[in-house]
Amino acid sequence: MPVQYTAIIEEHTAVRTACGIFDISHMGQIIVTGANAASWLNRMLTNDVADLGVGQGQYTLLLNERGGVIDDLIAYRSGKAAFFLVVNASMIDEDFAWLEGHLDDGVTLTNESDHWAGMAVQGPKAVEVFSKVFPDEILPPRNGIAAMADGGIVCRTGYTGEDGFEFFSPAGEGIAYWDRFVAAGAKPCALGSRDTLRLEMGYPLNGNDLSPDRSPIEAGLGFFCDLDKGDFMGRETLAHQKANGPALKLTAIRYLDKGPPPRAHYPVASADGVVIGELSSGALSPSLMAGIGMAYLPADFATIGTHLQIEVRGKFFPAVVVKKPFYKPAHSI
Amino acid sequence: MNTPSNLRFAASHEWVRLDGDIATVGISDHAQAELTDVVFVELPAMGRSVDAGDPTAVVESVKAASDIYAPIGGEVVEVNPEVEADPSLVNTDPYGKGWIFKLQVKSAADVDTLMDAAAYEAQIG
Repeated sequence: MPVQYTAIIEEHTAVRTACGIFDISHMGQIIVTGANAASWLNRMLTNDVADLGVGQGQYTLLLNERGGVIDDLIAYRSGKAAFFLVVNASMIDEDFAWLEGHLDDGVTLTNESDHWAGMAVQGPKAVEVFSKVFPDEILPPRNGIAAMADGGIVCRTGYTGEDGFEFFSPAGEGIAYWDRFVAAGAKPCALGSRDTLRLEMGYPLNGNDLSPDRSPIEAGLGFFCDLDKGDFMGRETLAHQKANGPALKLTAIRYLDKGPPPRAHYPVASADGVVIGELSSGALSPSLMAGIGMAYLPADFATIGTHLQIEVRGKFFPAVVVKKPFYKPAHSI
Repeated sequence: MNTPSNLRFAASHEWVRLDGDIATVGISDHAQAELTDVVFVELPAMGRSVDAGDPTAVVESVKAASDIYAPIGGEVVEVNPEVEADPSLVNTDPYGKGWIFKLQVKSAADVDTLMDAAAYEAQIG
């Protein structure tokens, strides 16, 4: 996927007001089956898969022993003892090796990443586009997964905050489906707008906002970690941080005035000019036309309303800690 | 792509229009089309002395920040406040209202080291 097909703002706006399509064929699909699949996944992932009925999915995290994030993913229960994990492209091999290294009896792991093409169709008109391409099918409810009559898989989820779905087809049929969704009104969108859309929602990007040295509690993802479901990888760190409060918090920051677009690794300073961290992500928000970013900051600086500064090429631009999301979509499901 | 024949061009996609010893500098139509969506322009300080090739201004799109290099040496004698207020002028009128800064050049002959329109068009293909 390129950074842009036409221009980032144009693609971003298409998703916020109509419908865009992203090629997500690079994402990974790992299938977990077997009598012990659910209990084993519950020891490997932070969320509680016991909450999932057949056809339902949840956002969840794969952690190391220290409670650091290896990957964030969506786990769907595709059958009573079958799960479909959608993982980040850059982490397919690492995720699979980690899971395989901790495998239990009665669990089978299959990496199907090469078998599936994928596309995310997102925006207030995504449902309309879906029904033009598949007049005889209905979309599953939010976070749901369904097998399609033609061999595809559809998941009612996305990375933009808008209504929409992710559609996976056998790899060889991907281009034909892409063309059908585009003909039905979805505008091709690429990595640049995918990043501004997810950042406006405060959704983390693994590698930027998530890392093996930061926990989901520090990342503000405690909602997706069920500390009461029994033991799981990394739980001890999470319980300790939850009880004592994390030292660092992934904090949403917005410019107070106009300024150069904030970008990852720009220093973040306190109001009196002491550097206290750096942006893990940053962008000019096309919806807000304001600079937005996220940074791991000492908890004392993470309170909403705290004044900060972002340093760009030696100059300091005033900013303030805000609540996530930065932008509330008008059309979310 | 528009490439006016009265301008000279640097390999790094800046254009220069020389009037006496004053060189007006902006970025080419090709460059603005590649950057798309210019959302911020950082202008140089007035009076700053620059050599050919020095990073002198910054043009930012949503995608990336790009240095704008002085195509020839000189002193910054004027900057364009309009592109600071409305950066999209760099996209909509790159050779007119989208100019970025003016240099009082050290040697007007330096402009001959730059490409003419035909050579620049050949470079960008």
